[in-house]
Amino acid sequence: MLSLLWLIPALPAAGSVLLVLLGRRLGRAGTAWVGTGSVGLSAVLALLVCGSFLAAPPAGDAYRQVLWTWFDVGGFAPAIGLHLDAVSIVWVLVITVVGFLIHLYSVEHMERDDGFTRFFIYMDLFVFSMLVLVLADNLLLLYLGWEGVGLCSYLLIAFWQEDAQNVYSGRKAFIVTRVGDTALIAGLFLLFTHYHTLEIGQLMHLVASRSPAPDSGVVLAAGLLLLGGAVGKSAQAPLQTWLPDAMAGPSPVSALIHAATMVTAGVYLIARTNVLYTLAPDARLAVAIVGTVTLLLAGFSALVQRDLKRALAYSTISQIGYMFLALGVSGWEAAVFHFMTHAFFKALLFLAAGVVIVALADEHDIFRMGGLRRELPAVFATFTVGAAALAALPLVTDGFYSKDLIIATSLGSVDGGAWFYVASLIGAFVTGLYSFRLVWLVFFGARRTEVSRRPRWRQLVPLYALAALSVTGGFVWMPAWLGGFEPLRKLLDTALPPAPMEGAAAHFAESVGAALITILVVAAGVGLSYVLWMPRRERTQAFAAAPSVQPLVALWLGGWGFDWFYERVFVRPVKRFAHWARHDLVDHVVGGIAWLNLAGWRGLSAGQNGRLRGYLAVTGLGVVLVLAVVVLR
Amino acid sequence: MILLWYVLIPTVAAPLAWLAGRRSPAAARWVALAGTAAPLALVAAQWIAATDRLSAAFTAAGPGAAGLAAGSWVVDLRAPWIDSLGISFFVAADGLTLIMLLLTFGLGLLSVLCSWRGITTRVGAFHFMLLWTVAGLAGVFLALDLFLFYFFFEMMLIPMYFLIAVWGHERRVYSAVKFFIFTQVSGLLMLVAIVALVLIHGRATGVYTFDFTQLLGTPLPAGTAFVLMLGFFAAFAVKLPAWPLHTWLPDAHTDAPTAGSVLLAGVLIKIGAYGMLRFMAPLFPDAVAAFRTWALALGAIGIIYGAVLAYAQSDMKRLVAYTSVSHMGFVLIGVFAWNELALQGVVLQLVCHALSTGALFILVGGLQDRIHTRDMARMGGLWRVAPRMGGTAMFFAMAALGLPGLGNFVAEFLILVGVWQVSRWAAVLGAVGLVFATVYALWMMQRAFQGEETHRLSFPDLTRIEVGMFASMIVALVLLGFWPQPLIVTARQTVDGLQRMTAGTALVAPGADASTSTDGASGGPAVTDGAADTGSAPATGDGGAP
Repeated sequence: MLSLLWLIPALPAAGSVLLVLLGRRLGRAGTAWVGTGSVGLSAVLALLVCGSFLAAPPAGDAYRQVLWTWFDVGGFAPAIGLHLDAVSIVWVLVITVVGFLIHLYSVEHMERDDGFTRFFIYMDLFVFSMLVLVLADNLLLLYLGWEGVGLCSYLLIAFWQEDAQNVYSGRKAFIVTRVGDTALIAGLFLLFTHYHTLEIGQLMHLVASRSPAPDSGVVLAAGLLLLGGAVGKSAQAPLQTWLPDAMAGPSPVSALIHAATMVTAGVYLIARTNVLYTLAPDARLAVAIVGTVTLLLAGFSALVQRDLKRALAYSTISQIGYMFLALGVSGWEAAVFHFMTHAFFKALLFLAAGVVIVALADEHDIFRMGGLRRELPAVFATFTVGAAALAALPLVTDGFYSKDLIIATSLGSVDGGAWFYVASLIGAFVTGLYSFRLVWLVFFGARRTEVSRRPRWRQLVPLYALAALSVTGGFVWMPAWLGGFEPLRKLLDTALPPAPMEGAAAHFAESVGAALITILVVAAGVGLSYVLWMPRRERTQAFAAAPSVQPLVALWLGGWGFDWFYERVFVRPVKRFAHWARHDLVDHVVGGIAWLNLAGWRGLSAGQNGRLRGYLAVTGLGVVLVLAVVVLR
Repeated sequence: MILLWYVLIPTVAAPLAWLAGRRSPAAARWVALAGTAAPLALVAAQWIAATDRLSAAFTAAGPGAAGLAAGSWVVDLRAPWIDSLGISFFVAADGLTLIMLLLTFGLGLLSVLCSWRGITTRVGAFHFMLLWTVAGLAGVFLALDLFLFYFFFEMMLIPMYFLIAVWGHERRVYSAVKFFIFTQVSGLLMLVAIVALVLIHGRATGVYTFDFTQLLGTPLPAGTAFVLMLGFFAAFAVKLPAWPLHTWLPDAHTDAPTAGSVLLAGVLIKIGAYGMLRFMAPLFPDAVAAFRTWALALGAIGIIYGAVLAYAQSDMKRLVAYTSVSHMGFVLIGVFAWNELALQGVVLQLVCHALSTGALFILVGGLQDRIHTRDMARMGGLWRVAPRMGGTAMFFAMAALGLPGLGNFVAEFLILVGVWQVSRWAAVLGAVGLVFATVYALWMMQRAFQGEETHRLSFPDLTRIEVGMFASMIVALVLLGFWPQPLIVTARQTVDGLQRMTAGTALVAPGADASTSTDGASGGPAVTDGAADTGSAPATGDGGAP
């Protein structure tokens, strides 16, 4: 069974190629079957392969399948090879299963769109790229998937390409993430130069065996460079600016980018190379700081957005910030757990938001929604489940279990600390505020826009399925005070080091008391959001519009001015230089030489005028000059 | 003998095409098609036949008496030409030659195909010029006698000049003259360097010869070697083109007919890289090493400058031309890094850039035939009009920005990882260049194919010929992206031979650390072998200086 591993990424790729070749000849139904079916088959296969892996774990708790040698130059021979272990199992299952549900949803969501075939070509390619990323056994192949998801994000965000604004958003996503990729590829150069391999297992072994002595600088630099790549792809500060604009694409695309693919790639990369970060505590601390800063910045931005999908986008940035925080305090497993739960509820939220937006004829503004509780009851129910999971409502949502684990780790890990703990609690409070703000504004209150379209089964089934997962997904890792049922942890222990929970702080962090604090903070957030946006909605809006508060709201709305800053410091100078130099500065020199020649020719031919007097004068002058040189020398 | 056919077939087909053109344009096209397809088939057959030989381990006992690794040559042919001056008709082919010949004839074939509809005036003469350019290119890649090399180098200039000046676009005469002067002046510098080298060699040994293999290892004072090296560098840097000698290229490309642009970008500018690899570095390894920092800087500047200028253009063809400047910057830094990784990357980059940029030029040419403009301000939203064209453009834009999965990525990665061993900053600047490549590639896509369709253009999508051409190029690039090994194996002996020829010089071992890190386990002993060999012949290095 395990030997079928290669088919998991190959199927979506084949689906994509098939759609390119057959194009419109397939018709809509055929396209839907090929596009969705290839990912569905891939999901079934992933379940089977991962099931057989779990039933009978191979030696070393990892399965490696080398398909062929990519190239072989001077002893550098990266393989097209796949590596399956506990970490990639979690990712593969989430990518294929959630990806399949999103595909199914898309069949109905995109049914009236002209680019139906093009859409599924890109979506299948997206799933393929992400699968390659998480299954790659070496960093170069990982980089192939890494860039592949970058490309697909561009293609899909700019999917409605007649609108230049969408294309701009797509380009922004690709270019900003590629800035991070520059750091990543430099990290690859560095690692290869020092260890002569990019095969991840071997590389980590070499790094660990040669550390700490002579390589500590290299390990630190490599860790920071890889972090640079992760920050770009996972939309963390300071490269988070592309994600809020990424909602220009169709809603299923947002679901795919935010949940199953793309933005969690950075989390995967750091979890996969955790040895580097364990050996370079400064790099690990940088990860924690990036995560903490991002989760707070994005949380406050999410609080004031008017666009439903933009608010969700900021919530993603914030939740990925939690994952980075977990990674930064050596809670590798907690980060993977939160990735999984987040994938369920964030996909759910975006898909539900997609139904709402289509139902209201492409209305994105939450202040023009409202009262949809009765109009779209199924969407209301599932969206609320998703929002509850996002807010980490205790016990009944998966988000609670994973987020509580991160909060506990941030305090109890020997690499954690009070600052991280407090920040993560503030983040949890803000999350409660903004996630239920959306519920109150969209589904309660007065109805403001007519509902023009209602979801059918292809949209409802994914919503229900994801809602079910958002409730039950957390039960695979219960805290000790709830019985300590933790199969996921046992699985991840085979591939990742457990979080170093030691000392009194750890003892407290894992107790019921600490959990109660988390629960209280979340409840306070949700409760305050009810007060602010249900009975006192008008007063809240008036407060936000007050002159003393308005600048802060504007700052949060614009994502803390990062775009503003980049526009002035990077974009405009480059544009200005390009415009100024567009006729090629160097060519002016060349033109200058040509002009000098021409001028010389004009001058000399002007002298050749047939006047004897002039000739004689010049000749005389020449003789005098020559004599002067000879005599005076 | 087979090597002679590569030059002869297109040379003979050229007047035939002209004659046939008097009958009908179609006849000229078919003759030209046969005149490029036949040698393409020949070289493909020879390549396949030589597979075993090329993939065999490097067996020759290091650099021989002539300094040439005899084992790496598949075929050679030597006949006296102007004996009194020591000039011979000396041609030979190794893996690199085969790759360059495949490129020459493959792109020659594509140039004939892409002119099938676009060229309607003086069709016979057009194909005459095209075939002569191809013949000259083949000769350049085959020649091992420096005079013969110079002869072909100049020979292909003239038909190229006419291709631009007669069948070109708006400022064709200006651009053709500019192209001619740049290449001619720099070529003369190379000729001076060649003659000087021959004279120095003659005085030292009493043998006056232009035979490259005999000139190798001529003892030269460091200063002289540096000046002579600059003579070669000038010629090849103009061809490549390296910043700041690139300014002929955007003009020539913009105004050349599509076939001219394809040959220019695909093969002609590759002579620069080929000449540096084949002649300049082996002849003057220490001078090249001394020049390394400067060349890396020029290359890195070229990468970023070319990319930024590409972004600034509104003429789509000019944009593509500037991307060549950027991509050839990678080639320059790769050549001057001079380790196995970088050199293999360079060879791969030559092939992949020829395919991806050639395709973009064919695409722009096709677009110009349809809407009679190259100005992107007058395009926009063309995807809706011609979706196949849009998808194709997207593919090759991705190739231009070095997307993994396509050959260009493997090439650029190998170059940069090789350069990293020599100069981290050059590698980092190259990687930054990839960000700028993203900027211009996506910007081109947006201006031409995305956005709103406001100009009410309507034209037919890709024709069958075009679909066939693009499909073959797409397949080739994807194959090279996932399995470039056949090409790497083909070039391996050449690259190994180059490394051995220059072993022991400052070029190969800038520091003990780098030499051990670039060569794998098998490379270690090779380095010591080579060092011993060059040590015995007072070939290079400071030994000959006083």
